[in-house]
Amino acid sequence: MTTTPRVEAPGRPQAQTSARLLSARPRPGEKVVLGALWLCGALSILTTVGIVVVLFVDASVFFRQVSIVDFLSDTAWHPFGGLETGRFGVLPLVTGTLLVTAIAVVLAVPLGLGSALYLSEYAPTRVRRILKPILEILAGVPTVVLGFFALLFVTPLLRALFGVSTVNIFNAASAGIVMGIMIMPTIASLSEDALSAVPGALREGAYGLGATKRQVALKVVTPAALSGVVAAIILGMGRAIGETMIVAIAAGNLPTLTANPFSQIQTMTAYIVQAVGGESPRGTLSYQSIFAVGALLFLMTFALNVLAQRFVRRFREVY
Amino acid sequence: MALSTPQKATRAAVVRLQRGSGRDVKERAFAGLLLAATAVGVIVLAVLLVDILVDGLGRLNWQFLTAYASRFPERTGVRSGITGSLSLMVLVALMSIPLGVGAALYLEEFAPDNRFTRLMEANIANLAGVPSVVYGLLGVAVFVYLFEFGRSLLAGAATLTLLILPVIIVAGRESLRAVPPAIRDAGLALGATPWQVTSRQVLPAALPGILTGTILALSRAIGETAPLLVIGALFSRRSDNEPWNLLESFTALPVQIFNFVSRPQEAFKVEAAGAAIIVLMVALLAMNSVAIVLRNRFARRW
Amino acid sequence: MNHAPTAAPADRTPAAPAEVPDRAQATDPGPAAVFDVEGLTVFYGGRAAVRDVDLAIRQHEITAIIGPSGCGKSTLLRCFNRMNDLIPEARIEGRVAYHGHDLYAPEVDPVQVRRRIGMVFQKPNPFPKSIYDNVAFGPKVNAMKVDLDEVVERSLKRAALWDEVKGKLRDSAYSLSGGQQQRLCIARAIAVDPDVILMDEPCSALDPIATARIEDLMRELSERYTIVIVTHNMQQAARVSDRTAFLTAEVAADDDDHRIGRLVEYDLTETIFKNPSDPRTEDYVTGRFG
Repeated sequence: MTTTPRVEAPGRPQAQTSARLLSARPRPGEKVVLGALWLCGALSILTTVGIVVVLFVDASVFFRQVSIVDFLSDTAWHPFGGLETGRFGVLPLVTGTLLVTAIAVVLAVPLGLGSALYLSEYAPTRVRRILKPILEILAGVPTVVLGFFALLFVTPLLRALFGVSTVNIFNAASAGIVMGIMIMPTIASLSEDALSAVPGALREGAYGLGATKRQVALKVVTPAALSGVVAAIILGMGRAIGETMIVAIAAGNLPTLTANPFSQIQTMTAYIVQAVGGESPRGTLSYQSIFAVGALLFLMTFALNVLAQRFVRRFREVY
Repeated sequence: MALSTPQKATRAAVVRLQRGSGRDVKERAFAGLLLAATAVGVIVLAVLLVDILVDGLGRLNWQFLTAYASRFPERTGVRSGITGSLSLMVLVALMSIPLGVGAALYLEEFAPDNRFTRLMEANIANLAGVPSVVYGLLGVAVFVYLFEFGRSLLAGAATLTLLILPVIIVAGRESLRAVPPAIRDAGLALGATPWQVTSRQVLPAALPGILTGTILALSRAIGETAPLLVIGALFSRRSDNEPWNLLESFTALPVQIFNFVSRPQEAFKVEAAGAAIIVLMVALLAMNSVAIVLRNRFARRW
Repeated sequence: MNHAPTAAPADRTPAAPAEVPDRAQATDPGPAAVFDVEGLTVFYGGRAAVRDVDLAIRQHEITAIIGPSGCGKSTLLRCFNRMNDLIPEARIEGRVAYHGHDLYAPEVDPVQVRRRIGMVFQKPNPFPKSIYDNVAFGPKVNAMKVDLDEVVERSLKRAALWDEVKGKLRDSAYSLSGGQQQRLCIARAIAVDPDVILMDEPCSALDPIATARIEDLMRELSERYTIVIVTHNMQQAARVSDRTAFLTAEVAADDDDHRIGRLVEYDLTETIFKNPSDPRTEDYVTGRFG
C-alpha cells in the first residue's frame, strides 16, 4: 500500500485549502507544447507567404526585362530564344488553359449536378452507399493516369469519330473531356452537400402543395442550394485551371491562340512542367518566365477560391 | 367542387395517382436523366480500369517490378520508381503527420478566437486550392535552391508535405470536432490541464479519424506528379532510393509513368506505362482499403 | 422581512421566527462555509445571465439550486469550479470565496481549483476508455502518489458501483447502462479526493430507479464531501438537500428575450418547501409557476 494518509482522510483539514494550494503550478512543458502547436499552424501561413514571395520575386525579375504590357497583350509565346528572338505573350497559354477548362466545365457541370441531385433527392440509401465511394475513387485517380487515359483512349476515340485529319494527336478536346471527368466528382460531392443541407421542411412544404419530385428538386431544392452549387462549380473550375498532368500528356506543348478544340495547344501548367524539365537553367529568362506564368496561375486560382468561399459563406448564412 | 361529393373527388384523385399522365412521363424521364448522369462516372471509371488492365497487364511481371529503367522497353522496370515512391511516402508521413496533427490540435483545441486564428483558417482553405504545380515552384525556389537540398529526395518529400498539409489539417480538425465537448469538460473538471485532456483523451479518441484522413492524404501524395517534375525528379535512376539517403537524386512511380507515356514507342507508351499504372493503382487501392477498414473498425458512437 | 400569511397547506409546520439578514442568507448558519458568494454577477457576451447572487455553501451539506429553466442555475454552479472560464465570452463580477480565498484572484489556477472541486454533468460523460481508466485518469493526471488499483476500487465502492463492475474493469465504460455510467462519473470525480462535488442535474438523463440510487449515494457522500446539486426536480431537492437556493428568471428591462437569473431565497430546505418567506418561492414550490 503506497496510499498517502491524505487520500484516506475523510474530511479536508482546513490547512490544505490554503491559497498556496490553489495557486498556479508552473507548467513550462505545456507552454513549449503549445508553442510547438502554434508553429505547426503558423507554418501554413509561412507556406502562403513563401509561395507569394517566390512567385512574385522571380516574376518581378522577369518583368524587369519583359514589359507587363507585352506579357499580357502579345499573342505569341516563344520563350526559349532569349530576349532578342523570344516572344513573351502569355495569351496563348491563357487561352489554352481556358479552352480546356471550358470543355471540362461544360461536361462536368451537367454530369456533376445531375449526380448530386440523384444522390441527394432520388437515390435509395443502399444505392447511395455504393455510388458515393465509386465517385470518391474516381476523384482519387492520379492525374497522370487520367492523362494516359486521355492520350491512349479518348484521343483515338475522337480521331475515329471526327477524322484523323481533323483531330490532332495532342488536342484540347481530349484533355478537356478527361479533365471534366476529373472535376465531376468534386462538383457532385460539394453540390450534394449543399443540396442535402437544404432543410427537409422546405421539401415537405412543396410536397404538401402537390409538387412532384422533379418540381421539388428543380424548383425548390436547387434554387435553395444555388450558392453552394455555384461554389462547387467554381472550385471545380479552379482545379481544372491548375491541373497539370492531363494537359501535359494529352493537350500538347504548342502554345496556340485558338478556339479549335482539336488542335494542339499548351496550358500555363503544361508550360511550367515543360520549361523546368531541363530546358531552362536557373537565371535564364525562360526560367524566370516560369515564375511569371506561375504567378498568373496562382492569381487566377486564388481569385476563384476567394469567389467560391464567398458563395459558401452566403450559403451558410442562409442555413 | 361540390361539398356533397367528397368520395367522387377522392376517387378522381386516386385515379390520377394510378394512371400515367403526361406529368408522370416527365417525372420518369427526369429521374432517368439524373441516373444516367450518375452512371457516366461509374462507366468511365470501369472503362478506365479495363483500358489500363488491357494495356498493362501483359507487361506486368516480376522482371518489370524488379528491374531498373532501361532504354529497351522489354528490359525496363519500375524498381527505382517503387523504391522512390516508398521512400517519399515514409518521409512525407514522418513530416506531415506531426505538423498536420499539431496544426489541427492548435486550431481546434487551443487557438483563441482572434484575427490571427481566422487568418490561419482562411489561409489553410486557400492553400488547399493552390495548384500542385505551384507547390513545385515553391519547392524549387525554397528547398532545392534556398535550403540547398538540391534536386533530392528530401526536397521532393518536403514539397509533397506542404502540398498535403492542408488536407491533413482539415481531416484532423473534423475528427477532433467529432469528439464530444463533454469529454473535454469531464477531463478539465477532474483538474487535468488542457494539454493533458487533449493528449490523453481527445487525441486518442480522434486518432482513427485522423489516421484515415492522413492515409487518404498520403494516397494523394503518392499519385502526385507535377510538383515532382518541377522539383526535378529523375525519369530513370539505376539504383534504389532509400528514405535515409535524403540528399540523393530520386525518381517516383508517377514520374516514371509520365516518362513512359511521353515516349514514342508503343511498348513504352502503352504497355510499360499501363503496367506501371497498375502498380500505382494497386498501391492506391491498398492504402484506401486500409483507410476504409480503419474508419469502419473504429467508427465510434458517442 | 416576515412573509405574509398565506393559505398554507394543512401539513405545513410554522417556522420559527428568525432573524433574516438583509441579503438572502441562510437562517441557520450551520457548519463552516466552503463557498461564500457575494454580489456575484455572471455575464455572457456582455449580458448578465445571473445577477447579484449572495449565498454561502456549507461544509458536508447538500445544497440544492432549483428554479425554472433559464434562471442560470448551471451558470451559477459552474462559477464554483471556474468551468465558465472555458467560455471565452463569459465574465464575472463579485466575489466567490473558497474557504475564505478568492477563487477568481489572479494567482489562482483554475486547474488547481477543479482538482479540488469536482463536477458531475447532466449527461453521463465517461471517457471512451475502460472503466478502470476512467477512474484512474484523475489520480494519474494529478500525479497523486497512490496505489491506483486501490483508489479505483475505493472510488467505485463509494460510488456504489463496485459490485456491478468488479469483474469487468477492463471493459469499455460505454458498455454500462446510463445510471451506471453516471455512477462511474461520480466515482471518477471522487478518485481525485475532492473537497466539493458539483452536480449539474445529474439525474436528468436517468430513469427513476437509477435516480433513486444516485440520490441514496449523494446522501452517503455528503458525510465526506460538500455537495452542490442543480436540479429542475423539486422533489429531488426536497428529498436530498439540506439547504435550497431558489433562483428565478427575470425578464430584462430592455429586452424581452433576455432573461436574468436572480436568487430569490436561500434557506434550509425544509423552510423553503414548507415555510418560504418569498411569495415567488411559494408559488414555485407549490407548482403554481414554472
